[in-house]
Amino acid sequence: MWAGSTQLTGRLPRVTVSTTAHAVQDLTAAARDLLGVSRLTNRALASWVHGLPGVDQVGCEARAASLGTRSIKTTAKAWAIDTAISMIDLTTLEGADTVGKVRSLCAKALVPDPIDPTTPRPAAICVYGDMVATAKQALGDSGIHVAAVATAFPSGRAAMPVKLADTRAAVEAGADEIDMVIDRGAFLSGDYLTVFSQIAEVKQACGDAHLKVILETGELVTYDNVRRASYLAMLAGGDFIKTSTGKVSPAATLPVTLVMLEAVRHWRELTGVQVGVKPAGGIRTSKDAIKYLVMVNEVAGDDWMSPEWFRFGASSLLNDLLLQRQKLATGAYSGADYVTID
Amino acid sequence: MPKFEYAPAPESRAVVTIEKSYGLYIDGAFSRPKDTFETINPADESVLAEVSQAGPKDVDRAVAAARRAYEGVWGRLSGSERGKYLFRIARILQERAREFAVLETLDNGKPIKETRDVDVPIAAAHFFYHAGWADKLEFAGLAPTGGTPPRPHGVVGQIIPWNFPLLMLAWKIAPALATGNTVVLKPAETTPLTALLFAEVCQQADLPPGVVNIVTGDGRTGEALVDHPGVDKIAFTGSTEVGKAIARRIAGTSKKATLELGGKAANIVFDDAPIDQAVEGIVNGIFFNQGQVCCAGSRLLVQESVHDAVLARLKRRLETLRVGDPMDKNSDLGAINSRAQLDRITSLVDAGVAEGAERWSPECTLPARGFWFPPTVLTGVSQTHRVATEEIFGPVLSVLTFRTPQEAVAKANNTSYGLSAGVWTEKGSRILWMADQLRAGVIWANTFNRFDPTSPFGGYKESGYGREGGRHGLEAYVTTAALTTGAAR
Repeated sequence: MWAGSTQLTGRLPRVTVSTTAHAVQDLTAAARDLLGVSRLTNRALASWVHGLPGVDQVGCEARAASLGTRSIKTTAKAWAIDTAISMIDLTTLEGADTVGKVRSLCAKALVPDPIDPTTPRPAAICVYGDMVATAKQALGDSGIHVAAVATAFPSGRAAMPVKLADTRAAVEAGADEIDMVIDRGAFLSGDYLTVFSQIAEVKQACGDAHLKVILETGELVTYDNVRRASYLAMLAGGDFIKTSTGKVSPAATLPVTLVMLEAVRHWRELTGVQVGVKPAGGIRTSKDAIKYLVMVNEVAGDDWMSPEWFRFGASSLLNDLLLQRQKLATGAYSGADYVTID
Repeated sequence: MPKFEYAPAPESRAVVTIEKSYGLYIDGAFSRPKDTFETINPADESVLAEVSQAGPKDVDRAVAAARRAYEGVWGRLSGSERGKYLFRIARILQERAREFAVLETLDNGKPIKETRDVDVPIAAAHFFYHAGWADKLEFAGLAPTGGTPPRPHGVVGQIIPWNFPLLMLAWKIAPALATGNTVVLKPAETTPLTALLFAEVCQQADLPPGVVNIVTGDGRTGEALVDHPGVDKIAFTGSTEVGKAIARRIAGTSKKATLELGGKAANIVFDDAPIDQAVEGIVNGIFFNQGQVCCAGSRLLVQESVHDAVLARLKRRLETLRVGDPMDKNSDLGAINSRAQLDRITSLVDAGVAEGAERWSPECTLPARGFWFPPTVLTGVSQTHRVATEEIFGPVLSVLTFRTPQEAVAKANNTSYGLSAGVWTEKGSRILWMADQLRAGVIWANTFNRFDPTSPFGGYKESGYGREGGRHGLEAYVTTAALTTGAAR
């Protein structure tokens, strides 16, 4: 069995969760224990996820909208902008990605704003697996993590050995974090055991790398499904639950993130294990990012208010945050040419 | 651990001009202020302005002006012309929304978030909605087919409470004008300012003089209006006690009345409810407008099997409520409207605790000046406790439990009121069954405290009679007569 060998020197501390189980059999045993069953069958998983309280769509969206009306000004805004920058997984996931493009993005992460050296750095660079080594080399010992999407991202439609090989290759190349996709087809057809097993197997293949589980909520459609998939992902050992690949519309939304934040909060009450949340895709403005932070603050609480527990999957968001940051510092808006295009 | 502290985000007071003193608005003009009393900001007890106490002679002048306007111009105007005025008023309310929101918050103590997002927009929506009805009354099904078209009563005396000053004004004035009545309105003693600003809107809209008259004052002004022989109908929103007094005073006269009174609504949470949204609904049900809502969900009836889970989530949620300066855009709870109301809340909660209820509030620092009461949950409440039967009209939730749907219905209906109720369950058939069983004028399913001009609002039993809003609301402002001729009967 592959064992994680990368030595992490990053500024983000490794998360210690109360279950140290990474092996599939350990995760399965923990799941059996939580569900109170002697064998983890699809029926057991189905009755468990179907037993979760439902989500009322109207109420959920109304709550998300009302949190969106918080007025975040002056010092609170400055704090939120810096916090949001530090939570970004700066992302490029294109077929056209090149070594040059990835290096350029890494340079941006190292020096987000050449005008202001006090600007915080994003948490990670998020790339396809074959770009991990390039990113790793470019980031050096800066402490900025490298996250790789894996498991036949974005569709996830590949044989399991391929998904595992994809994951291992990225980890061996030095990825600190793996962003996997769940099998939405299996989920939507009610095959929860397959979803669980795949996550658990990928978790095992990750070794010490941090596992983010992408639910692709735009394909799950209902909030009930989002809640069920969130619980399945946490049960199977995901360190983070993530909304979207960014390749399907709608990507991250506030109500979906609300459901997921409620899920991680409740999961910690239930198991003592804290799981992170990453909305990804479609978050482009500082105003949006601040709405998400308000939601983290009021729904999950302070404990999630750090890059260790909350991330934004984004690319253009960083530049908007930098523009707002410059505005707060100078009192005037600069313009698109005062932040770098990378 | 890093902490996200929201910096103060105060709304500006500069958008609204408050006069030093106000007269009465009668026959299209303001009179000179006289016999004035102060109206204060309940959040800090500072004096906002002085308003006039209208005496019987003033009420007489106002009713006479309304009568002249009814017989002279308004009663003869076509429905489409009346509609034009109402559309105009609605648009002006929207244009001046910030002004109204700020003034309402200053005078009432409720958070700016609510006046901005609820009170003022819904007030405008009521004028828009009723503007649309003005020229379609014949088709509203109010009169029998072939009968005469519905006719206005004439002069309507309207008395409104302090909890939603502008919104209640809109609920009253919009249908009255749409149906062709003219109005003498008395705002509550502690919250007269938005009604006086509305008088300016009437001027701005070129509403003919006398169609809307605003007389400020305390209960004596209200009595003069109720007793005035020139008034054809009384529309009242307020306490059950005053409502009963009004009904007694007009007994034996030809005056019509609609009364929208108190409530002690049950918010019923079943074990299959969407729990997180139910918790939001509980919060919105009882802490919206500091619980000073006649249809507030002041009794939480929670199925015993989920009582602990619901209470735990509710308490956690209440820890995030922001209580404080109503002008801060991030305040969720503002000030109680008056010292008298604060005293009433305090004494009822004390009585509840004395009777054995357990009191809980989240940690919150209340401002030193002004009238403040923390969000409060009373658990272990029984049906016999005063806090389970009497309307507290404050941010106080009484928690009771039930075991079966039948028991929930029995307990929910076991009240002298019947204004509203809430049902939380994912089971559609149960919602319909409950709605059929509950004796309340408004029943919300998987939501609470939602108001819409198209939906009738009103009570059963001691919560009053008559409906406001929707097609039903029009009925209260018209008379119908079957026209008997040789041709049709």
